[in-house]
Amino acid sequence: MSTFLTEEPTQVTDVAASTRLSSLDTLESEAIHIIREVVAEFEKPALLFSGGKDSVVMLHLATKAFWPGKVPFPVLHVDTGHNFPEVIDFRDRTVERLGLKLVVGSVQEFIDRGELAERADGTRNPLQTVPLLDAIQSNKFDAVFGGGRRDEDKARAKERILSLRDEFGQWDPRNQRPELWNLYNGRHTVGQHVRAFPISNWTELDVWRYIERENIELPGLYYAHDREVFARDGMWRAVGEVSQPRPDEEVITKTVRYRTVGDMSCTGAVESSAATVRDVVIEVAASTITERGATRADDRISEAAMEDRKKDGYF
Amino acid sequence: MSTEIDTARAAALLDEAPLAHASLFRFATAGSVDDGKSTLVGRLLHDSKAILADQLDAVARTSADRGFGGSAGGIDLALLTDGLRAEREQGITIDVAYRYFATDRRSFILADCPGHVQYTKNTVTGASTADAVVVLIDARKGVLEQTRRHLSVLQLLRVAHVIVAVNKIDLVDFSESVFREIEADVQKVGRELGLGSDGITDLLVVPVSALDGDNVVERSERTPWYTGPALLEVLETLPAADELESHLESFRFPVQLVIRPQGALAPDAVAAGLDTEAYRDYRAYAGQITEGSVKVGDKVSVLTPGQDPRTTTVIGIDFAGAELLEAAAPQSVAIRLADEFDVARGDTIAAAGTVRESSADLYAALCWLSPKPLREGAKVLVKHGARTVQALVRSVSGKLDLATFNLEGASSLELNDIGHAQLRLAAPLPLENYLHHRRTGAFLVIDPLDGNTLAAGLVKDHPGDHEDERYSI
Repeated sequence: MSTFLTEEPTQVTDVAASTRLSSLDTLESEAIHIIREVVAEFEKPALLFSGGKDSVVMLHLATKAFWPGKVPFPVLHVDTGHNFPEVIDFRDRTVERLGLKLVVGSVQEFIDRGELAERADGTRNPLQTVPLLDAIQSNKFDAVFGGGRRDEDKARAKERILSLRDEFGQWDPRNQRPELWNLYNGRHTVGQHVRAFPISNWTELDVWRYIERENIELPGLYYAHDREVFARDGMWRAVGEVSQPRPDEEVITKTVRYRTVGDMSCTGAVESSAATVRDVVIEVAASTITERGATRADDRISEAAMEDRKKDGYF
Repeated sequence: MSTEIDTARAAALLDEAPLAHASLFRFATAGSVDDGKSTLVGRLLHDSKAILADQLDAVARTSADRGFGGSAGGIDLALLTDGLRAEREQGITIDVAYRYFATDRRSFILADCPGHVQYTKNTVTGASTADAVVVLIDARKGVLEQTRRHLSVLQLLRVAHVIVAVNKIDLVDFSESVFREIEADVQKVGRELGLGSDGITDLLVVPVSALDGDNVVERSERTPWYTGPALLEVLETLPAADELESHLESFRFPVQLVIRPQGALAPDAVAAGLDTEAYRDYRAYAGQITEGSVKVGDKVSVLTPGQDPRTTTVIGIDFAGAELLEAAAPQSVAIRLADEFDVARGDTIAAAGTVRESSADLYAALCWLSPKPLREGAKVLVKHGARTVQALVRSVSGKLDLATFNLEGASSLELNDIGHAQLRLAAPLPLENYLHHRRTGAFLVIDPLDGNTLAAGLVKDHPGDHEDERYSI
């Protein structure tokens, strides 16, 4: 053992060469390899951080990749102005704890300046693309880490781990570079940037098992709690400043949790009594509904909704 | 038909923790357009309960609209693997799609490679990361030229396990003689290629009906003459390529970056009680082990291209606050060395005395993946490990006829061609024969103009060095 470290190691693990790594260990190592490659090959990366579980896992992986050094890039959040207050609070505490720089792109500011128009349905998720691309361009980010996973939907299933975006932030699914072995080609010209998805190969269950294994803190609304909700579009919607029931929609208190924590105006809660991470892991393992289908109204618009948004430069 | 995974079973699975120890296995599928590949993939996902309900609802609606029959509750399983709208409109698959499912024993990543267009590009891409590839054959058609091409590519890429699924066995009345004939043909092609008999790869043949599920997840009573395992059992029990290689290969560790905080430690590490002073001179080399394993105390060589190898000792293997005694591929770790060498990104740390000198002369097989053809005299970029160098294509020495396995004269390579070429590099690289080193023997050829990936490259021995016969196709 090393005599270099004066303190006791936090943990000593004996991994026999012939011992199989678990699938989580393999996925973790793959993600860390990708994060390190992007940091080594790009001038100015940033990590999309919303406080949602996938971005929290991404940030956790980044801290492990560069330990004991700091995470060597800022985090970027596109704030719709309709975010859950407790998620914004979690975001700010996390940034503070890790000593990170936070860059915020604000949908509200674009609306106030007249550069974006509020949609008839009040949903602001699709409006995030413009502030996102603006933040990428004005900060000259050439690589942006996202927590996107290929199991989320059919469009993501075909996206590369390093995904090239043109000057307009567009994704061209028919002209993607083949991705071979563990060699990632991130070459790009001025104005282009690359979206990097290190947890592409994780499933929702992998993410939750990893959160459990690593004891990762999440915003509280991922766990069961009592909340005033009303039914709309087959989902339970929270009552809040930007999410008000119509006169015919009855408000009731239910024990719910969220599977994704996007915009309050379009993210639905699911009825659940899963109050701990273990409960959630079991619930997810037993689940029969993919997370976007269950709780994102904007993805229900059409089967090709995500494909269209990605082509336009969405996450 | 139910897609419910019962909560009690889920809880039992998690509590008895087979899931916590289940390993990851990557496989790809390859086949011609009508071999029923999408149906097979749909069947694997469906029968292993990996399909989630909302996807299934959409597929059921579409199947009903199209008046689909079949035995999966009237569901066209092929629709489950359709991806983009452009593909649904044209009824084709454009690109490699990745699917995920898990059984009690393993988590799977499936690269679903379309077979009809750009089969070489897609097969090479899917196979480059695969532990196994499933090749589909239509039982009514047997081994076709396309099958020979697929097997040839898989042999070249040194895929550890090749499984030939003889599909639509129901359409030949579950005939043993039809299966045995195809099986013999497959084994004959395998012998011609050295596939399955070279000690590196193996070749298995399984009769299946993707449409009805025979021998896909469960062994079928309708093929009593087949005593082998069902396809999923095969996939659950084969060793992953890294497991095979941790015994076969020597330690290789391309350095991705140097971790040297110089006192500027992560605030959360400090908050957790890390002593800033003790880490003031901390220097570790971060990377992912590509082959073999390493222990604290091992002698290693540091390879900096253009310099003589330097030998030192591993004094620490760190991973995010944990000190490991030992690590193996494919773990990402940070390694500390006894001597304060100048080690940088692009250098390789390897088991001492197991590597040859870096070279600026590159002999390779190239799988050409771009519509822009390769011409002799072209200037390209070569990305190998963590290094990218300029290169000149000195000569193209031949093109592989994948159906006959003969090397034909050629002076250029077109999309989906596989050929041999000689390149001169602007700086030496620690090149190793792909046959023995799947990671350090692989490289990308990149277009310096637009940055696109032009080819997948497999390093060959220099002519004059001992040339391995199995690799000389």
